[in-house]
Order: sequence, then structure tokens, then C-alpha cells
Amino acid sequence: MKDLIAQLERIVGQDQVLKEPEDLIPYGFDGTAVLKEPAMCVVFPADVNEVAAVVGVAASHGTPIVTRGSGTGLSGGSVPVRNGVVVCLLRLNRILEIDARNLTISAQCGVITKDIADEAAKAGLFYPPDPGSMKISTIGGNVAENSGGLRGLKYGVTRNYVMGLEAVLPSGEVCWFGNKCVKDVAGYSMKDLFIGSEGTLGIITRVLLRLLPKPASRRTLLASFSSMEAAAATVSAIIEARVIPCTLEFLDRVTVRCVEDYAGIGLPLEAEAILLMETDGHPAVVAEEAKQMTVIARENGATDVKVAADEQEGERLATARRAAFSALARMKPTTILEDATVPRSELTKMVRKIQEVGERYNLTIGTFGHMGDGNLHPTILTDEKDADEMDRVEKAMHEMFEYAIELGGTITGEHGVGLAKKPFLPRQFTESSYALMKSLKRTLDPDGLLNPGKIFD
Amino acid sequence: MTKPVPQARRTENYLQDLDYSVLQQCMHCGMCLPTCPTYMETGKEKNSPRGRIALMRAIADGELSVSRAFGDEMYYCLGCLACVTACPADVDYARLFEMARAETERQDVLNRPSRNLIRRLTLRGIFTRPRLLRAVGRLLYVYQAAGLEGLVRRSGLLRLLPKRLRELEPLTPRVCRTFSDGLIGEVEKPVERRYRVGLLTGCVQDLTFSDVNRDTVDVLLANGCEVITPRCQACCGSLHGHNGEWELAKVLARRNLDAFDLDGLDAVITNAAGCGSHLKHYDRLLAGDERYAQRARTWSNKVRDISEWLVEIGIRRPQVAATPLAVTYHEACHLCHGQGITRQPRDLLKAIPGLELRELKESTWCCGSAGIYNITQPAMSEKLRDRKVDHLRATEATVVASANPGCNIQISAGLVASKGRAMAVHHPVSLLAEAYRRETG
Ligand SMILES: Cc1cc2nc3c(=O)[nH]c(=O)nc-3n(C[C@H](O)[C@H](O)[C@H](O)COP(=O)(O)OP(=O)(O)OC[C@H]3O[C@@H](n4cnc5c(N)ncnc54)[C@H](O)[C@@H]3O)c2cc1C
Ligand code: SF4
Ligand code: SF4
Repeated sequence: MKDLIAQLERIVGQDQVLKEPEDLIPYGFDGTAVLKEPAMCVVFPADVNEVAAVVGVAASHGTPIVTRGSGTGLSGGSVPVRNGVVVCLLRLNRILEIDARNLTISAQCGVITKDIADEAAKAGLFYPPDPGSMKISTIGGNVAENSGGLRGLKYGVTRNYVMGLEAVLPSGEVCWFGNKCVKDVAGYSMKDLFIGSEGTLGIITRVLLRLLPKPASRRTLLASFSSMEAAAATVSAIIEARVIPCTLEFLDRVTVRCVEDYAGIGLPLEAEAILLMETDGHPAVVAEEAKQMTVIARENGATDVKVAADEQEGERLATARRAAFSALARMKPTTILEDATVPRSELTKMVRKIQEVGERYNLTIGTFGHMGDGNLHPTILTDEKDADEMDRVEKAMHEMFEYAIELGGTITGEHGVGLAKKPFLPRQFTESSYALMKSLKRTLDPDGLLNPGKIFD
Repeated sequence: MTKPVPQARRTENYLQDLDYSVLQQCMHCGMCLPTCPTYMETGKEKNSPRGRIALMRAIADGELSVSRAFGDEMYYCLGCLACVTACPADVDYARLFEMARAETERQDVLNRPSRNLIRRLTLRGIFTRPRLLRAVGRLLYVYQAAGLEGLVRRSGLLRLLPKRLRELEPLTPRVCRTFSDGLIGEVEKPVERRYRVGLLTGCVQDLTFSDVNRDTVDVLLANGCEVITPRCQACCGSLHGHNGEWELAKVLARRNLDAFDLDGLDAVITNAAGCGSHLKHYDRLLAGDERYAQRARTWSNKVRDISEWLVEIGIRRPQVAATPLAVTYHEACHLCHGQGITRQPRDLLKAIPGLELRELKESTWCCGSAGIYNITQPAMSEKLRDRKVDHLRATEATVVASANPGCNIQISAGLVASKGRAMAVHHPVSLLAEAYRRETG
């Protein structure tokens, strides 16, 4: 081990290898509750060559590697593995090029998501994926998790914006996949293999992203409901009416209270649920869609629909919404969040199930999520030190997953499998498709060096 | 949704005694990371709120012992509380950080001769003894006024001091000729009384900015407040509370509680952000003290920052012709993060006819003063100071307004070091006082 560390220090410099307990403990977890594991060391390479060299050295020692961006992941993806090296990519933090003629941006993997969006905005362009964590998460982490955001409904998720990427393979080889072409069918779409691969197939070091023209205008609406079902029904009705707003975010009563407690922006505390709705594009279309959504919400039982006065107010609402998950942690010591996603026609059923399960197991659940994507985050507020309650939490989660799959949904819409959802994954695959996925991993990473034990064993 | 205020018990370890839920409250989401000045400089988790809390939790869990590296980290933290503003999960970082430093001191892991000297001289020495502090101040004044500074600097006498203290010498603030007691009457009455308030003169404020105290009284009088200023007040104890001297902080708090006749006062006013955020927590500090707990609660309810109080009672707009003045506002950490006061100082400034308020980029980012941080961590402190000065200069304002003596000393030093166009640094209340003075001509 000493030998390995010395070799790593030679590559990245002594001060870029952490090995003391006081340095390592803070890297023992990501944004996921309960999971933690100490790393042997944390390495901070400065560029792709150093990444490749680090991989080479670790491979020669048979030491596993866990790739890490900002550690905001919600499935334990960047939680270290025992006696493994953590490779943290925050020093690869340069935006390399913005190409206004082809509408692309090229950046190293450690760039913060919001910086990508801001840089694009400076050129009058738009990078839509905006996960709640965008001020902290890295673009590499977003690609590795195929993260969604508040605008998924109209603009899709990270995958829809990746045109190319560079990855370091477990062998230490550096590969580039993709280009600036709108169309490209030369060979397999290899980049797509790495998107959402959670650091198990390669280390993504550089990305080429698609940008859009900035929408000319936007309008934000806030609708209050006296039941969660009414909100869910509104979402289904909006989709059915062929309106595709960019945002349809849902917050239940518990979540609204926590967010209001933190942000103090005057959210309606009496409502059982609220929908944050946003439409963007041509001003005439925006006006028309806003009107339609208001009517549909009212028809489905909205008690109140407010229009944000201006873009700043809309942005304030969106920012408050982004704090929802963390704000829920105000109530109880441990916050366990799920990521169930169902076809949008089934939302009402799923919402009802979450309530019913919560009541039956006597648990406090706050639910919020990207309702327009059918993606809900039922969040169980509990205490990891209460064994009895944790047992019920486990059972409740299980039931919710089973039900989501029954409805044709998935156990995770955007947070990935990592460690947290690993046990539930086989349920969602057929035997042969699960085996195929594992054999793919073995082909690319025969020695199981990259993020072993994540997604599957 | 209010949680019971946790109290440290009298046993082994401040962090282990702390109600575990305070530590558990951090769900390691990382939302605070981009607001933490030390993390943003180094990019290492250990230097972040989330990382520091993880270390504290490891100690509470018995996975880590209080080591020198741990202690160093707790002092590398600025205590700026930007993470508290950012945290949606309501983590009580202020509390955690004070406990962690107190534990570091209790276990004495940072024992080093030069550090001990600085702490003995400052925290245990002069800052607990108002008369001694003034005597030192008096000496400093003579030293500076007589031009001895240059002489001593040239003579090389300073080389006799330990290195850290030597580096500090240029940072020593300019001392005022007269302290507050000489400038302010024990009782000052307005023409028409609406309220009666007490004034805390603060030790650094008193020493180096006693004119700010005078200005505060003038502004209070101009707004119908009778001002009671007890003589020779004790330091509020914020430096002690933030630097692990928990017991000393309690002693000082009791002394202040004794000095004021609370029942007769509508409010107790402070104009130093760093003091204010500590003063408001006397209730918590003395919660376990049978004799003082009740008084401390009343006290905490009555303490107001000067801008907070003025906006609460309604600021009388000075009746003077508008004089154009471009001002930018730096937010002291312990005002914006520690007390959540951001709007009121701006309202106060905007009440001044002709004053143009130019918003400052990163206005809530720590300037690196942070109590005695600029003494204990000169390198990081200087980085933050320069970052602040760059933004200040970019506003092209002529005046920097800021409501904390430590910040004002730090920023002034930074402006001088950066050698650009001159920019004056004032407490907002001084600008307002100046406007009232113009009324009477
Ligand atoms: C408050 C909060 C809100 C969130 N909101 C959303 C949301 O709205 N939508 C959403 O989808 N997610 C959300 N997340 C989850 C999380 O932010 C995303 O998964 C994000 O993409 C993780 O980025 P990161 O840089 O922190 O990656 P990490 O957590 O460090 O890593 C995540 C995974 O990616 C791998 N990885 C990281 N970088 C690379 C790389 N360069 N190459 C290969 N593998 C890599 C890691 O090994 C790990 O498996 C939220 C999280 C928090 C804490
Ligand atoms: S301190 Fe608050 S914002 Fe920071 S990681 Fe912990 S819970 Fe999140
Ligand atoms: S108090 Fe300031 S320096 Fe310390 S952890 Fe919080 S934000 Fe960082």
C-alpha cells in the first residue's frame, strides 16, 4: 500500500494525495443517507494524462477505484470501497470551448453544472438540464448518473445533451466517442454506454454538450390543491391536453412547510399539495400555455393559481424547490429519499399508494418530485438509530418499489442504482437482460477495478 | 418545528455530550459547499462545512480522537457562518463549531508556545479586562500618534517578537484618542423621548472606533431614543465563545447582564456585528445557570443591531439637501449570516439623501477578518481580503460601508495594501449621523 501511495504521489504530487484519517473521513460518503465507508486514499489528478496514469498504477496493484465528482450522488455511487482509491476530479475544472456556430460547449468533467449553464447563457444559449444540485454537482457526475432536473418534461435529461465524451478505461487507455454532428450512425453509439454508467465502465474526463437557443420568454405559475390526487390528476390532464410545459414540479404539504421554513417566500402552507409550473418559448405560446394550464388546474380542483410577477420571482420559486430535499431534513435526523418513476398516466395511483403505505407503517413521508416526468421522491423522515422504525422503512420502500414496477415504472428515474438500490435491480430485469448487462461490465472491466459492488455485485 | 436547544453537559467531551441529533442533522447534501470560503479556496472536503461536521461526528462516534489535525481544521474554519445561511436542513453549525473548538482547547492538542502567547495576551488577558484593554489602547495610541511606529519598525526592535506577532504589527488598528466613556454621557436624552435603550460600547469598537459609538448615540437621539451607556463595560465574550474559551465567555456574559438595568429598557443596542450575534445567544450560553438564565432570556429578546432597531422603529429621513455619494456595502458575516440582517443596513443607507448604493459582488463573502483569524491564519485571511478588495474596487464607489470593526480594520488594511484610488471605510451609522449633523448645520 505504501508503494502504491508513493507511486500515486509521483504522478499527481504529494499534496494531491490525501491519506490521513482527518482528510479521509470527509470522503467516506456522498449525499446518500446512512451509507459510509473509509477510503484508503483520495487522489486529485489535474488532467486526463494524470487520470490515465493513476488508473494504470491502481490497476497494476489490483486496487479498486471509485470515481468522485462533488459527492452529491443519492445512491451511494461515490461512496468508497474498502482499501480502494478515490479519484476526485474537481481539478479538471476548465470549460474548453463554446461553439456558437454549432451550438455546443466542451468542458472537462469537473466543471460545476451551473457554470456550464452560466457560460452558455453568456453566449445567449441555454443548457437545460438543471438538477436540484446544479450549484455543486459536476458535469461528469451528471453524465455518469444521467441526471434529470426541473425541466425534464420538455427538454429531457443529461443524455439528450451529450454529443461526445472522453473516457479513461480500466486499462488506462483514453478513448473519445462522438462529434459535433447532429447525426452520426457510425458504429455503436458508444458514448451512450458511458452515460448513466455510474463510474463502473470508465472515468469520463471531458464532455461535448449540445446547447439550445435561449427561450425568448418564460412564465411561472404556482397552483395549490386540497389533495395530492388533485395535483397528480392535473399533471396527467395537462399532458393529455398535449401541453408540454418545461416544468411541472410537485410538493406535498410536509415538503412545502419545510421549504417555507427555510426560504420564507410565502408558499401556501394550508395547501395539501402545490404544483410549480413553468412554460417557456415564444411569448404568444407562453401566454397561451399559461392560460391553458390555469384552466386545467382549476378544472381539476386547484384552490388557487398564482402567476409569478416576473422572471426573478419565478427563479426564486425554482431555487426554493431545489432546496426541497435538504429542507425535509429539518424534521428528523435521517432523511431517506426514493426515486420511483411511473408512466404519467399512473401518477394518481402511485401517489395514493405512497400515502397508504406511509400510514400503514406509521411513517412520516414528505413527497416532492418532477411530476411532469412521472418521477416522485417520496422521502421518509426517520432516525437511523431507531431500529424498529428502520425496519418499517425498509418494508415500506420495498412495497413502493414493487408497486412502481407493477405500474410499468422504474425503481430509479434519475439517481441511479449505486449501492442503495442494488438489491432491487434484478426485479426490474429479465434474467437474460440482467446477465447481458453484467457480461458487458466484465468485457470492459474484466478485473472489476472501477466502482466494484455498485449497481450489481 | 423548533427543536429543543441542546446543552453540553459537564462530562467528558463537549462533542460527545452534545445532543447527537445536532450532528445528525447534517444530511451531507453539499448545498453549503459553494458558499464556504475555505472550501472554495482549497477544494478539499475537510475544509468544508460538510467535511468538518463529518469530523465532529466521527469524534462523537468515537471513530476519531481529538487530534492536532482536527484542532487545526477547527481553527482553519472562519466561523463566518455562510454555511448556516445556505443550509436548507437547519444545521446548527455555529453551535457545533463552538463546541468543537471548546473541545480542542479542553484537550489542549494545539499547545504551541507562540499560539499560547497570543491567546494568553488576547483572550485571557486584555479582552477580559476592560481597564487593561484601555491601558493597552492608550499606549498604542501614544505609540502611533507620536510617530514611534516608523521608528520602531525601522529599528528592528520588532524582530524581537515571535514571528506571528511581528506579522501582525501592521494590522494593529489605529486607536482613537478618546474612548467611549469620554465621548458619551451615561444618560443622554432626546428632545422627545419615544424609547429608552441601552448601548453596548464593545471593546474593539470602543478602542478603535469610539467615534462610531458617538455616532450611534447621535442617530438614536435623532430618532427619539434615550440612551443609557453603563460605564466601563466588559467585552461581550464573542471572541471567547468562538475560540473555545467557553467558561470565560460565561463570566463576561454575567458581567454584562449585571451592568444593565434591563427592565427599564426597550432594547439593548449594539453596532458591532460580531458582538451582536453572540449577545443574542446569551440565553443559550447561560441556559444552565440558575441565577442568570431568566435574565439572559430577557436580554436575548432585547438585543438589537442598530440598523435592525432603527428600521423597526422607523428611520427619520434626514432633512438635508441631497449630496451625491457612491457607497457600496460589505456585509459582515455575523450580521448577514449570524443574525440574518441584510435588508436593514441597506434601508438605513438609502435613507440618506443623495446616497447611491452600489451592490457589491459577493457582498456576503467573508473578508478574512473573522475574529482573530487574521492573526491565527494570515495566509488564508490575506487571500480573502484581496478577493474582497477586488470586488470593492470594481464598484468604483468612494465609500465602503460595513458594520463590524474587525471587517473595517481588515478592509482598510487591504485597500492600503492594494494601492489603488483611496476609498474610505465607514460604519453605515456614521454616514447617517453625518447627515443628521448637516441638518443642524
Ligand atoms: C440537494 C440535491 C438535489 C439533487 N437533485 C437532483 C435532481 O434534481 N436530479 C438528479 O438527477 N439528481 C439530483 N441529485 C443527485 C446528484 O446531484 C446527481 O446524481 C449528480 O449528477 C451527482 O454529481 P456529483 O458530481 O456530485 O457526482 P458524485 O456524487 O461524486 O458521483 C456520482 C456517481 O457518478 C460517478 N462519477 C462521478 N464523476 C464521474 C466521472 N467523471 N466519470 C465517471 N463516473 C463519475 C461516481 O462514481 C458515482 O457513481 C441531487 C442531489 C442533491 C444532494
Ligand atoms: S451543513 Fe446543511 S447544507 Fe451542508 S451538507 Fe450538511 S445538511 Fe447539507
Ligand atoms: S463557518 Fe464559514 S469557513 Fe466555516 S465551514 Fe461554515 S462557511 Fe466554511
